[in-house]
Amino acid sequence: MKISKNPFSMHVDVDMFLPATDEEKAYMVQMRPSSTFFKDGIKRLVKNPIATVSFVIIVLITLSSIIIPEVWPYSYDNQIGVSFGKTVDASYNNLKPMEYGASEKKAMESGEFVFPHIFGTDDAGRDYFARVVYGTRISLAVGFFASLIVLVIGMIVGSVSGYVGGKVDLVLMRIVDIIYSLPDMLMVILLAAVLRQVLGDKIEGTVLEKIGSNIISLFIVFALLYWVSMARLIRGQILSLREQEYVLAARATGAGAGWIIKKHLIPNCISVIFISTALQIPNAIFTESYLSFLGLGVNAPMPSLGSLANEALDGISSYSYRLIIPAIVISLIVLSLNLFGDGLRDAFDPKLQR
Amino acid sequence: MNAKTLGYFLKRIGLAILTVWVVITVTFFVMHAVPGGPFLAEKAVSKEVQATLEAKYGLDKPLIVQYGTYLKDIVTKFDFGFSLKQRGRTVTGIISDGMKTSAVLGIIAAVIALINGVVLGAIASINRNKLIDRVIMVFTTAFVSMPSFIMGTLLLLVFSEKLRWFPANGETWVGYILPVVTLSLYPMSYITRLMRSSMLDVLGQDYIRTAKAKGVSYPKIIFGHALKNSMIPVITYFGPMLAYIVTGSLVVEKIFNIPGIGRAFVNSISGRDYPLIMGTTIILAGLIVIMNLIGDIMYKVVDPRVSFD
Repeated sequence: MKISKNPFSMHVDVDMFLPATDEEKAYMVQMRPSSTFFKDGIKRLVKNPIATVSFVIIVLITLSSIIIPEVWPYSYDNQIGVSFGKTVDASYNNLKPMEYGASEKKAMESGEFVFPHIFGTDDAGRDYFARVVYGTRISLAVGFFASLIVLVIGMIVGSVSGYVGGKVDLVLMRIVDIIYSLPDMLMVILLAAVLRQVLGDKIEGTVLEKIGSNIISLFIVFALLYWVSMARLIRGQILSLREQEYVLAARATGAGAGWIIKKHLIPNCISVIFISTALQIPNAIFTESYLSFLGLGVNAPMPSLGSLANEALDGISSYSYRLIIPAIVISLIVLSLNLFGDGLRDAFDPKLQR
Repeated sequence: MNAKTLGYFLKRIGLAILTVWVVITVTFFVMHAVPGGPFLAEKAVSKEVQATLEAKYGLDKPLIVQYGTYLKDIVTKFDFGFSLKQRGRTVTGIISDGMKTSAVLGIIAAVIALINGVVLGAIASINRNKLIDRVIMVFTTAFVSMPSFIMGTLLLLVFSEKLRWFPANGETWVGYILPVVTLSLYPMSYITRLMRSSMLDVLGQDYIRTAKAKGVSYPKIIFGHALKNSMIPVITYFGPMLAYIVTGSLVVEKIFNIPGIGRAFVNSISGRDYPLIMGTTIILAGLIVIMNLIGDIMYKVVDPRVSFD
């Protein structure tokens, strides 16, 4: 292209209207599709082998805890030796792994197929594998829903506090301060011990009875005590994001509040919220198992990983595998959720990386 | 100490007192919300005996009066009333008996966790990304993810049921080794990770580079400059560590059958000994709040760069 001798001339340079050469067209080719924030994060996450493996483990454990109890021939509360109108067959109690009860042996001799008790049975003749899998389901469900409760309450209080500000913010934050400095575990134990007494009679005959007063009191405890760090986090996010230069720039170029919230506040906030919710789940699972271990968790005969470990403590010398199995499962869940949460944080919050 | 620092301390102490008051109030009213009152679990007694009992424990008065008396007794006489199950014993007496055992256990565990955590964290950060660092990080990550009751029961299973190296209960001092290990592993791992990241941070600071450029010897840099400054964040973990040890001791004393305050607490819950539950909750909560307060104040005193909000 020639450079015009007189650059300020209004004469149109005919050369500018020539068809583009292939070389020039190559500049305009999109080398790869433009990436979104979410896609970028997923890409970083997949590159992290520890987080990927943890995620696979979590998915496997979750899926098997959902599917296996539905197809397994034994249920978690079925005392195999006990059937209506017959005397209790004690040969089913405390079976070692892969052993069979008296009537099952008879059936096998006559050529029938009897599904093996992979982990044996417990002292009441219940299939231990079914109990472990069902206990995993309970523990995971408690962890998930408790985190959801924490997220919802924390988000409401935190965003109200951050947006409204002023006296509302001051009062809410003082309440948060006090709840935050309460020793949470002690309060959880106290409330769980009392609520199961109070709730026990009230929910009788309703849908809630099936869930059990102990799990409900656990949820109430979470709703009362554990939302404070989430509320603090979200309030802090909103306060700091409001003051960012790019929000100012957006406002200066005429963006409305809706646009700023949609395009700036939420995308910058959501990853932090998501990550801390993910990290809340192992915390909730841990609390549930701790309470179950102290005998304040799920109602019998429903198992959870903590109550299984608690029950195993009595027969620790002869049936040590009954302790080791739930211990491994719970450590695996908590460890992989923690590692996955760390991976999420590294992938979706690049600002934190050194 | 300037006025701003003093103001912060006063505010912080005020919050601590307020927290303890909230704990007492919540505990009191929650406990009295239990249907049937504290004598429900007792075997059936006649109306007259019930009335006499209620008069003796002051339960016939309105709730708010009972609350006032309870609060006054705690503040003026440190009196939490009588245990319902262990006849004739005061709650304060039971707690102070259990506290002797639990305090020894907790303090030893805390000291071990602190020393080992700082040393291991320093070693890991100096040997960053080498084999020893990897090994330390793998083990601490595993220990942090393992609930205390799992850790305790597994240690009990391996070392006293299978190998028979240690007795399963805390009769002699040998019996205290496993409980102390159980209690100290989690805080130790946490401190190690805290120490490692803070020491890595410090080792990248300008004053370390200056010291190196001036030709200061390596041990002197580590011990004279890096170690001291890296330990500041560890102070913030004081309160949470005590909270962990207190709640951890509940399960540890249950597992190893140690006659401490944790076992008394767990037994009082299953036995519905309400005055004992209230007393233990309040005292343990007060302890945690005070430790948090001390940790916060120490942090501000040690590190003047910390801002006051």
